[in-house]
Amino acid sequence: MYRYDAVDHKLLKERVAQHRGQIERNLTGLLSDEELRPIRLQNGLYIERHAPMLRVAVPYGQLSSNQLRKLAEISRRYDRRSGHFTTRHNMQFNWPGFKETPDILEELSTVDMHAIQSSGSCIRNITTDPFAGVAPDEREDPRPYCEILRQWSTFHPEFTFLPRKFKIAVSGSADDRAVIRLHDLGLEAIKNDAGETGFRVFSGGGMGRAPMIGQVVREFLPRKHLLSYAEALLRVYNRHGRRDSLYKARIKILVAALGVGEFTRQVESEWAYLKDGPSTLTDAEFERISRHFAPPPYENLTDDVSLFTGETEEAFTSWIENNVFPHKVPGYAAVVVSLKAPGHPPGDITDVQMDALADIADRFGFGELRVGHEQNLVLSDVRRRDLPSLREALFPLGLATPTVGLLTDMICCPGGDYCNLANARSLPLAKAIQEKFDDPRRLCALGKISLNISGCMNSCAHHHVANIGILGVDKNDKEYYQVSLGGRQGNRAKIGRVIGPAFPPGEIPGVVESLIEVFIENRRPSETFIDAFERLGVEPFRARAYKGRDKSKLAQTDEMSHA
Amino acid sequence: MPEIIKDDRVVDDPWQALRLGEGQSPETLALPPEPTLFPLSVWKARKGELLSRARTAGVWLASHEAPEEIADDIGRLGIIGIDFPKFFDGRGYSSARLLRERFHFKGEIRAIGDVLQDQLFLMKRCGIDAYAVRPDKDIRAALAGLSGFGETYQADVDQPFPLFRRRPV
Repeated sequence: MYRYDAVDHKLLKERVAQHRGQIERNLTGLLSDEELRPIRLQNGLYIERHAPMLRVAVPYGQLSSNQLRKLAEISRRYDRRSGHFTTRHNMQFNWPGFKETPDILEELSTVDMHAIQSSGSCIRNITTDPFAGVAPDEREDPRPYCEILRQWSTFHPEFTFLPRKFKIAVSGSADDRAVIRLHDLGLEAIKNDAGETGFRVFSGGGMGRAPMIGQVVREFLPRKHLLSYAEALLRVYNRHGRRDSLYKARIKILVAALGVGEFTRQVESEWAYLKDGPSTLTDAEFERISRHFAPPPYENLTDDVSLFTGETEEAFTSWIENNVFPHKVPGYAAVVVSLKAPGHPPGDITDVQMDALADIADRFGFGELRVGHEQNLVLSDVRRRDLPSLREALFPLGLATPTVGLLTDMICCPGGDYCNLANARSLPLAKAIQEKFDDPRRLCALGKISLNISGCMNSCAHHHVANIGILGVDKNDKEYYQVSLGGRQGNRAKIGRVIGPAFPPGEIPGVVESLIEVFIENRRPSETFIDAFERLGVEPFRARAYKGRDKSKLAQTDEMSHA
Repeated sequence: MPEIIKDDRVVDDPWQALRLGEGQSPETLALPPEPTLFPLSVWKARKGELLSRARTAGVWLASHEAPEEIADDIGRLGIIGIDFPKFFDGRGYSSARLLRERFHFKGEIRAIGDVLQDQLFLMKRCGIDAYAVRPDKDIRAALAGLSGFGETYQADVDQPFPLFRRRPV
């Protein structure tokens, strides 16, 4: 993974000093709360329901075991012994003291970590595929480009106060696992006919109140132009994106208003001035950065190992089936460490788990981990023959829940229990659904299915692209949940459609059960939920979801017109 | 006399940015004789008069006004203001870069409006070289906002080469 050099270290130190000064000026009244707000957000610092929240960045999801140990230590010293992984490669601490945040950032800087641009109207933490560098379907390792973009976007002088946040995701594989079509700027690394590497450039995607699928603004951008093109695109957005309404300020609204053709014309005409300028990347720079992502010292192995030496335990079999992923190097596998244990908030991890997992990463995975957008961690380089002992190590820690990709591998935001923006408490709902679907055999039989729960329209939990999306809404000060169906991630990304009036929270597990019943009754052999849904259409699902429910307890909400 | 930050120092400065009041029209406004930054609307309506007093007349751009609007006058202007109506309205950063990098403006670019310490370094990197810090703030304390970072990753007006082109090979 990328190792900081003297300049990276210096900038990080200076940033901590800057934040410390800003907090001090705020406490002495020289910097008002309103003046501090946009700049503290760019250091990941929110003021939340109960306490400040600090969102620490894990750039493009790369985490070393030492960094994980530091996160554990911080959670012990400054939080309640746990942290929460988000959908954007961040860890959130929910209980730090406001005055302590400069100390926390200083602690983080000792392991090359920070909270830079993890919030605010700026270019956010870059995200990518958690299997980057090891996936068999990979065409190009996206991580060097992520690092180049990280440096370019860090403290960018022109794009620090954009109309709204700006999210970039990079994918380098045949199957998109980074949701690039739902980002402000999505980059798909590809090769052209001449064998040169470049990017298919998507823009204007996003979730939130008006979810949109990104559109192609350029079919092929040679990689050396990555920064000048991004600069042109950001400049068009910075100058012309709406600033009169928070809800209309994302680039997707600009792209939709101009039409992708006119938007592209403006970007290209801006780019004509910047193209081939000093920001043009050099082969030397690509090589310098790529060296940081050189493969670890793999052994010469084959995939042909017997994993079932002793008794064949059913839970182990399903863990292998669901949590272990193919690797491009023979004899190795990528393993998803599930943070979705029943009864625990999705994405949460305790200090004890973090410390133990850091040791496990050292023992089984070259000391490295990845954070995925589905709120699980990944050990990307595990010898296949070590899988039984790895599972044995993970299991007692509650980190071997064998349900990756299944119904209870939910993405879920912290919701109204912590977040100021939330309308609804998503965590108790996640728990209720986990309890309803607690039979591992049944879960496995249902196959791949995604269910995501967002506590509000900001859609932090990506409910728009879930097969079953659940959104908390507020109606007359009561919480309700809207259900949408048919969303999906990946190359065929699609936004789900709301099926009708919103349900009170208590009804949701039953509604999910009804949807699953329709699937089971109509399913063809080995068909997934989403494929069955696309074949059957929404009607049978909608009918069953509302069948026998007390209509007076439902809520018509105004946020269902977006489909 | 009001003070501004210029050349990394606090200096007295006679220039005032004129903002049109209720009912004032660019066509009929009485032009103050003192050194004045005029709104773009006045500049456009009264260009003939103002060009004859280039040493006491400049123009300022609102955050939604494009530098392209004054592209033809760049050679005749000595000072251009860029207004930050709110410090978090970042359009002015693009305006400043365009004035410097595309239109090659060599005169003074002055930040006016909600100009605060924590944004000065970014402004500087975008080509702004004078700062009319908001009057209720301590301008001498604000000077600290120009330093604090000894290195930058990107190409900008101050440093036309990105770090990756400046690293020793």
